[in-house]
Amino acid sequence: MSRDHVPSPKSQQRRRLLQGAAALSMSGVAGLALAQQFPTAKVNTTKLAVTDTEVVVGQLHSATGTMAISETGSIQAEQLAIDQINAMGGVLGRKIRVIKEDGASDWPTFAEKSKKLLVNDRVAAVFGCWTSASRKAVLPIFEKENGMLYYPTFYEGLEQSKNVIYTGQEATQQILWGLDWASKEKKAKTYFLVGSDYIWPRTSMKIGRKHIENVLKTKVVGEEYYPLGHTNFNSLINKIKVAKPDVIFAAVVGGSNVAFYKQLKAAGVTADKQFLLTISVTEDEVLGIGGENMAGFYSSMKYFQSLDNANNKKFVEAFKAKYGKDAVIGDVTQAGYLGPWLWKAAVEKAGSFDVDKIAAASAGIELKTAPEGYVKVHENHHLWSKTRIGQAQKDGQFKVVAESPELIQPDPFPKGYQ
Amino acid sequence: MTFSDMMNIGLMQGFAGLSLFSVLLLMGLGLAIIFGQMGVINMAHGEFMTIGAYTIFAISHLTESFAPNLMGAYFPFAIAVAFVVAFVVGWGVEWAFIRHLYKRPLDTLLATWGLSLGMQQIFRSTFGPKEVSPTLPDWLMGSWAPAEGLDIPLNGLFVMALSVFVTCGVLIALYKSRWGLRVRATVANRTMANATGINTKRTDRLTFAIGCGIAGVAGAAFTTIGSTGPTSGSLYIVDAFLVVTFGGAASLLGTVVSAFGIAQTQSVTEFFMSGSNAKVLTLSAIVVILMLRPQGLFASKVRR
Repeated sequence: MSRDHVPSPKSQQRRRLLQGAAALSMSGVAGLALAQQFPTAKVNTTKLAVTDTEVVVGQLHSATGTMAISETGSIQAEQLAIDQINAMGGVLGRKIRVIKEDGASDWPTFAEKSKKLLVNDRVAAVFGCWTSASRKAVLPIFEKENGMLYYPTFYEGLEQSKNVIYTGQEATQQILWGLDWASKEKKAKTYFLVGSDYIWPRTSMKIGRKHIENVLKTKVVGEEYYPLGHTNFNSLINKIKVAKPDVIFAAVVGGSNVAFYKQLKAAGVTADKQFLLTISVTEDEVLGIGGENMAGFYSSMKYFQSLDNANNKKFVEAFKAKYGKDAVIGDVTQAGYLGPWLWKAAVEKAGSFDVDKIAAASAGIELKTAPEGYVKVHENHHLWSKTRIGQAQKDGQFKVVAESPELIQPDPFPKGYQ
Repeated sequence: MTFSDMMNIGLMQGFAGLSLFSVLLLMGLGLAIIFGQMGVINMAHGEFMTIGAYTIFAISHLTESFAPNLMGAYFPFAIAVAFVVAFVVGWGVEWAFIRHLYKRPLDTLLATWGLSLGMQQIFRSTFGPKEVSPTLPDWLMGSWAPAEGLDIPLNGLFVMALSVFVTCGVLIALYKSRWGLRVRATVANRTMANATGINTKRTDRLTFAIGCGIAGVAGAAFTTIGSTGPTSGSLYIVDAFLVVTFGGAASLLGTVVSAFGIAQTQSVTEFFMSGSNAKVLTLSAIVVILMLRPQGLFASKVRR
């Protein structure tokens, strides 16, 4: 759509009629009134794809390739949020239209598609990316073209940008509280760290080790990394048996997880004998692992599908109504859901779609309707959020057994942990 | 650490090596038959394994919904079905693609690679992009603990037994059966085999289909260890090719020895250094040996 496109009075009339006839006529009319209150020339001074009736946003995830497994949930949750916002009348009276692009699990493709979304389509915001590699690939483009990215994954931190809102947790939020809890709960003296071999687990373990040694004054008795996709953990399990750690602290990702937990169980390392805390298993992974193989182990996340609050009940219900009763919701899926809502709140606070104004308005935005409870955007563009410990159940769900009493301040550049 | 602890770890570590060996052997076996006997570079081998794995998943799902009291018994039956499904698909693929390419072996690489991408998309459309895992019978998950601190994984034992069974089956079929005789004759000298009245076309088709069927069994066995996704095949294929190339393409004995060598090296080094380093070390060792023996460990003496 042309960015200078001004609808003729006639087409405006037709649209008004159509909207009046639509099932959501009330909100449609209210939306229109709101749109007139915020004329396009005022709310869109940077030639974004915003008209009197519509605002275009982008969605950039891997719908194909190896990451599709993980990113499908985020794609679905973002779409659900956008549908719900549209049903409520849209943003500043404008319906959201989504342009979906497929990053295909390939970082150069992510970069190329983000450029297409920002330069050709002039989208007002992008919801997307999952791996840190894909985020790093698009970051310079978002900064150069001044776009707005809502990034849903928990990640290693060490990053902050005016052009990105990080709706997942950064490493310290997820790890430190979880380790403190394990130390108290288990009176743990020794830890065995294991992860897949790339940047996120390595950075997470570095932070974890510093905390274990310097703050908790306890010991790391083993630290191991295995290539992505590795499926044979028998030697590792023997090493763990030799080291006899009080706590296994795990950040194994993807399909490797299935092999890891199946083999742990097969080797007799089950929850009644061994305490295990992971930062990389959500409900999505348990689907593959099988609840009976994971049962009893703990996961440190900010969100679990079983969270007992009114927001979450509504969210789970809506998600299942749209994607089937067997659908499960993991941490990152929920974080994806927050993106469109946080963007809407920022646009409304700024009274404008302009990226600079949204970026400036973002700090301090609260979301009382978040399924995870309540979140607030920090000045560093990460979220204040709670951390929870879930214990895996046989049915593939987690039972929340502990929760940080306060929101935890995001600290992407933790002092003393780098 | 006491002496008995060390004994236990030693035993379990030995078992870990053996179970990796049987996994690699199952992966390589079907490929070795197709690659070694027919000279076809089957890049879709991994996807045939995935077919087997998805077959187990589908049957487990059906059993769970329609006959939950049979959950304890369905697994061996499902493995047989996995063989049949992969066999039939392999038969069709040979008929549709491969037979037109025997004179251009490098093109089989491209054709089967394209085929593997297509199959991945079919898996994705049928089963969705998320990784799945069948519900396994209880007797398969858990450990056999003959002594305190000694745990032998049951799924490892099962995979081991299965791979012994399949390997013996293949060896007997190849060296004691009529089909095996035809295959060996065709490999040795295709024109002469034709002249003696062997239907080499049918032999090829059967060989290819059996290779695919074994891949299906391998995939089925892996569901006890790992997960299944549309792209699982690409994870398997590297190891499968490694085993076959290292062993020497046309030699089944080579496949067995190379699977054993790779598994033990990997498993032992893994215990003494980090997992990633162990992999690097194993691969480097293979590269060095292949530089010294470019045909693999057991170069076959084939008249071409």
